[in-house]
Amino acid sequence: MTPRRHGITWSAARHLLLLAGAAFILLPFIWMVSTASKPQTEIFTTDIHFIPQNLALWENFATAFGKASLWRFLLNGVVVTVSIFALQVLIALPAAYALAKLRFAGREVLFALVLFCILIPPQATAIPVFLLFHQIGILDSYAALVVPFTISAFGIFLMRQFFKTVPDDLIEAARMDGITEFGIVWRVMLPTAIPALTAFGIFSVVAHWNDYFWPLIVLNSEHLRTPPLGVASFRNEEAGTNYGPLMAAAIVIIAPLVIAFLLAQRRFIEGITLTGIK
Amino acid sequence: MAKIELQAIRKTFDSTEILKGIDLAIEDGEFVALIGPSGCGKSTLLRIIAGLEPQSSGEVRIDGAQVDGIRPSARNLAMVFQSYALYPHLSVFDNIAVPLRMRRHSTLARMPLVGRLHPARAATERGIREEVERVAAQLELSGFLKRKPGQLSGGQRQRVAVGRAIVRQPVGFLFDEPLSNLDAKLRVHMRAELAQLHRQLRATFVYVTHDQAEAMTMSSRIAVMIEGHIVQVGTPAEVYDNPQDIRVAEFVGSPKINALPGVIREDGGVEVLGWPLGLSTPAAAGRCSVCVRPERMELSSGPSAISGTVLHLENLGAEAFVHIKVERIEMPLLARISPDRQLPAIGSAIQFGFSTTAVRIFDAAGKRIEVTAAARSERIREKAVG
Amino acid sequence: MADALTATTILAGRGAAAVTPARDNSRSWPALAMVAPAIVLMGLLLLGPLLGVIALSFTDYQLGSPRFAWIGFANYEEMLADRVFWISLRNTLTYVAIVVPTAVALGLAVALLIESGSSLRAWYRTIYFLPVMATLIAMSIVWEFMLHPQFGLVNGLLHSVGLEGRSWLQDRGTALYALCVIGVWQALGFNMVLFLAGLVSIPRPLYDAAEIDGAHGAWARFRLVTWPMLGPTTVFVVVITGIRSFQVFDTVHVLTKGGPSKSSEVLIHTMYIEGFEFFRSGYGAALTVVFLVFVLLLTLVKSSLANRGVHYA
Repeated sequence: MTPRRHGITWSAARHLLLLAGAAFILLPFIWMVSTASKPQTEIFTTDIHFIPQNLALWENFATAFGKASLWRFLLNGVVVTVSIFALQVLIALPAAYALAKLRFAGREVLFALVLFCILIPPQATAIPVFLLFHQIGILDSYAALVVPFTISAFGIFLMRQFFKTVPDDLIEAARMDGITEFGIVWRVMLPTAIPALTAFGIFSVVAHWNDYFWPLIVLNSEHLRTPPLGVASFRNEEAGTNYGPLMAAAIVIIAPLVIAFLLAQRRFIEGITLTGIK
Repeated sequence: MAKIELQAIRKTFDSTEILKGIDLAIEDGEFVALIGPSGCGKSTLLRIIAGLEPQSSGEVRIDGAQVDGIRPSARNLAMVFQSYALYPHLSVFDNIAVPLRMRRHSTLARMPLVGRLHPARAATERGIREEVERVAAQLELSGFLKRKPGQLSGGQRQRVAVGRAIVRQPVGFLFDEPLSNLDAKLRVHMRAELAQLHRQLRATFVYVTHDQAEAMTMSSRIAVMIEGHIVQVGTPAEVYDNPQDIRVAEFVGSPKINALPGVIREDGGVEVLGWPLGLSTPAAAGRCSVCVRPERMELSSGPSAISGTVLHLENLGAEAFVHIKVERIEMPLLARISPDRQLPAIGSAIQFGFSTTAVRIFDAAGKRIEVTAAARSERIREKAVG
Repeated sequence: MADALTATTILAGRGAAAVTPARDNSRSWPALAMVAPAIVLMGLLLLGPLLGVIALSFTDYQLGSPRFAWIGFANYEEMLADRVFWISLRNTLTYVAIVVPTAVALGLAVALLIESGSSLRAWYRTIYFLPVMATLIAMSIVWEFMLHPQFGLVNGLLHSVGLEGRSWLQDRGTALYALCVIGVWQALGFNMVLFLAGLVSIPRPLYDAAEIDGAHGAWARFRLVTWPMLGPTTVFVVVITGIRSFQVFDTVHVLTKGGPSKSSEVLIHTMYIEGFEFFRSGYGAALTVVFLVFVLLLTLVKSSLANRGVHYA
């Protein structure tokens, strides 16, 4: 805690340890980029070199985009994550407002249910929801990817906690101005909730962009594949022969979130950890 | 017990100089209050004395020995923090016992689990128990020894913090705004308790506060710090009556001292608002500030030296404050009077004056100017009338 | 009718004090309208399916079959008699027992190291957090290539220091441990960030007080202040990492499919195979219930410790 006492030795030891750890953490990323830049001949060799002798980055990306519909996967990822988040907000915000600021019969019970629902892991409901979707015939569709996550108990809880901190005066003033209760949700509460909503949005988008379990269960069609599913199936088709393009595809899949994270680190870390209850 | 000496202490944080050469000698057993507006560097100075912060240059000596590079605990000073800094997971007993355990148990005996097997541990623990209980009894904490700090009131926490400080019998105590987290009533009560503690222990106390009432009521000497300098050191009465700098005059005393614009004439006479005060000074001619404490302002119903308008009245029961607007002075002046007499009406014209002995004069740079009564010592309103 | 009457009586009783009933009523309808979608979806997608999975575990339902029968505990009996279930359970517990302590201890160590100095803090934090952001499936494929027996980086590095490489993911003895390494690699940064937040919230004056009280050295300070003050964070991190480790699936499904010869089979993967590849919904549901019991246990640990002052934020 008091670095000045330890002096240079401690500082050096600290950096040494942290750099060793960082090497372990970064190794897969470095190796991914390195492999994606190498031609076949350099990949299938037993000597280790990180910098390729012949740069084949472009060729590998071209092959990846040619063999797998990467653009399509990315687009699906965007469609699915954005739809999920929009619907989550649409459903959670009014409920959170009612739970935080309105009095109605059964409020406490409902809140207890919300708290309980936070604890339900998504794997637990997979089989019944799958059977339900099978019954109503929406498997293998965008709806199948989006609908199960439209209700976010955690989102309701988070926004309710946030709304609790909004002063009642603000709401009373809005009522005095003749705004309806629904109007209050969207015109008064939503603007105050932007920071909390941003954190929740990052949490939601990251979780569903990276989700593999559920899309794997409900999807068959190639054109609906989300990024993780897309890269996994690309790998299965290539059956471990074409590592250059495979690594290029991996880069493409992780790039959107990693770049967004590097640009807004503080917000991302807040979003992931504040809401890291799952 | 200890004498604490500071010599030419300087401290720079990121190229900002916080302390600009502090010299101060605190006698053994003395209660010295360091006061000053926030940001004046008083807390930093206290942390330097404690050893929590190294000074950029200068020397700290405790009982004549230089303590640079000596760890805080080895300086044998105790400190009471503004937030109390009690360990929230430990009971009151354990909180008070921490400094004793740290000092008396070997590192091995303090280890979790293994420590319990250490042969000397039990005997040392018994000694510690006795001392903690003695201190707790002294501070009336005996009933709370098993509680956690979170279950105590503000005043009780304060006493635990004091208990943790006195249990190790240090040579000196450092207090960093210890009462500022308490409510007003409790603060007055704790003031008395701390003063009594000082009389009992006869230890050296260094007490940092921004509340001049605390400093005035408890300490034997006050050091006023402003912008990284100690501007004046003296007994509370000296600092109040004979401020050597206008910033001291303005910081000490509540409500604030009245400052009127004055002029030193070529012949050494002092005038305020065109009226001669009957004082003369050897200082150079020019502008000056003429300061008068509110309780030394004298209102009169008849014609007097200076006239103004009553802007506002505050009757507090035991005393009353009259806010007076005087032409050519931006800030209203304040007079403290007894409410027994009839209070002037708001908006009414009023005359006032003050005795020449009530006047403190500062030059344009804010330094105190010595004055002597010219010929006759008389009240200026009499002069005005005459 | 009777309901309406009681409702009126209650309202009248409450309204005696003031004119609030009218107000309550006028706001009660919007409130119910606001929570209605959430209630319906919660019932349909969370609570219903949760009850459904329990009910299903007592049936022999298979997807596509026209009828099903209640078979009591037959699924559970079958499960307990199944060698694969026990292997899967043991592997899951092994995975949790390795990943949780390692990822928590390393997360804490990295957080302490980062916090103990002032230089390059943001850089280290970013680097260690990177795996949390990167799509695990994509990174699993990278790990697979790194662990490639012939051309992989890991064996290459081992060769260069004269050690024999292995077929990490194809070897019964190492597959599960390789997955553990990937699990730690991914969870470490998340835990680090939680610990960093915990460290920052420790009041500075406590360290000053410890210094004055004679707590010399990093270990004494850690024992007296840091560790106790991190208590709530640690409980939270352990439970979160535990729950996530019980859920391990992505790496298993992509890299080993539970093999070789079930050596890396884990609960959720077994459930996936039974429920979604063999479509034995009833049996899959029984496996889900077992998984739920473990998650519930962890949650109970958390909430019982929460009473001792764990803060959620």
